[in-house]
Amino acid sequence: MSLATLLVLADGRLPSGGHAHSGGLEAQVSAGRVRDLDAVAGFLRGKLATAGLVNAAFAAAACARPGEWADLDQGLDSRTPSPALRKASRAQGRALLRAARAMWSLPPIGRDVHQPIALGVVASAGGLGPQEAAVAAAHGTVSGVASAAVRLLGLDPFAVHGLLARLAPECDRIATEAAARSDRPVDDLPAASGPLLDVGAELHATWEVRLFAS
Amino acid sequence: MKAFARVVAEKGTRLTVLRSESPLLLRRTGPETVHLVGGGAGPLRGDDLRLDITVGPGAVLEIRSVAAQLALPGRAHLPPSRLEITATVAAGGTLRWLPEPLIAAVGCDHVTVTRVDVEDGGELLWRDDLVCGRHNETSGDVRTDTTIRYAGRTLYRHELAVGPAAPGWSGAAVLGGGRAIGTLVAAPTGPAPRSGPGDFAVMPLAGPGVLATAIGADIRPVRAALDPLSEQGSRAFSATTV
Repeated sequence: MSLATLLVLADGRLPSGGHAHSGGLEAQVSAGRVRDLDAVAGFLRGKLATAGLVNAAFAAAACARPGEWADLDQGLDSRTPSPALRKASRAQGRALLRAARAMWSLPPIGRDVHQPIALGVVASAGGLGPQEAAVAAAHGTVSGVASAAVRLLGLDPFAVHGLLARLAPECDRIATEAAARSDRPVDDLPAASGPLLDVGAELHATWEVRLFAS
Repeated sequence: MKAFARVVAEKGTRLTVLRSESPLLLRRTGPETVHLVGGGAGPLRGDDLRLDITVGPGAVLEIRSVAAQLALPGRAHLPPSRLEITATVAAGGTLRWLPEPLIAAVGCDHVTVTRVDVEDGGELLWRDDLVCGRHNETSGDVRTDTTIRYAGRTLYRHELAVGPAAPGWSGAAVLGGGRAIGTLVAAPTGPAPRSGPGDFAVMPLAGPGVLATAIGADIRPVRAALDPLSEQGSRAFSATTV
């Protein structure tokens, strides 16, 4: 495993379209639930424990279990009741595969997969293992939200990065748990959910004007 | 306390098995209706409760409850209380699960595991409401773990954790300031997609069916959003399509 390769994959500057998504934060800012740094911290903790755990487990599983991508992809469909979130996840999966094709030699996987599946496949193509795929997924779940928080709320970027630094041990813990469970049957993989993420994404998708795609 | 209850409905909603064990007491209350009637407080830590539901071809079964289920602490050294519900619905059968809410009293530690398997051509309406703490009370720990399969594929896979042991549960990604949540899964058809008013959406699932989710400061907005869908479904469910 190459640490530098992991940094390349997890870098926010990877041109995979992540900057266009707020990870559900924009809807909650608009609803008035997130106005300050503390509320962003609460959002990030809940997002990491739910979507973060699921994304990390599916990224690890996709990395370790080639040939099961279609089943894993369907497993994410059954964990994503919001059509807006399914669409956002597939859009980010496509963008990541597009970027990764210029980086490593990818196996034939098709274009239309959920982002965590794409991430697991790309990690494997880069020579990384399931644990690293899970860390990249868990970290990516919160880092995109954090940069969106700076833009949406005009927060101090130093303070927001302070939040990310304090969440790093929790990212590691979630990734370790996710990787440890990643060999289970698809139905037994984590399915933790954030109901406000689902409902907020559906409301958000109806807006005519918005800063982020999701 | 360990308890096992079982109901089997066959063609014409003949109840060929109706097995109760306290606190899971099942009573037939109508041609297609069975009520869970409360038999003692709880669940309490250490309780291990199982309910099996079988709906055969041509049977229509609606299960309701007379009162909310109140999860309570019980003795600290015991494992979490656990309710495991297993349901199967055959082609041509209909199951409507419309119980009163589960209330997570302060200090409780409870797990509900739900496994539903519906054959192609079966119909399902599955409602779950959860209230986090009694009035002006902090929530206990509740985890729900739900799998609904339709025609051999997993349609809906969902876990929710609330209470002090669940990181970020009162943050804006999970329930925010909300203390009540209701979900209704309808398959293979259900109410038309919509979002709002409030924290409410009806979402077409990737498979055949919909999920309606409502979140509220208390149970009232949840009931206001979901009760009309449950009742509509309980009367003329197949008349509406996604």
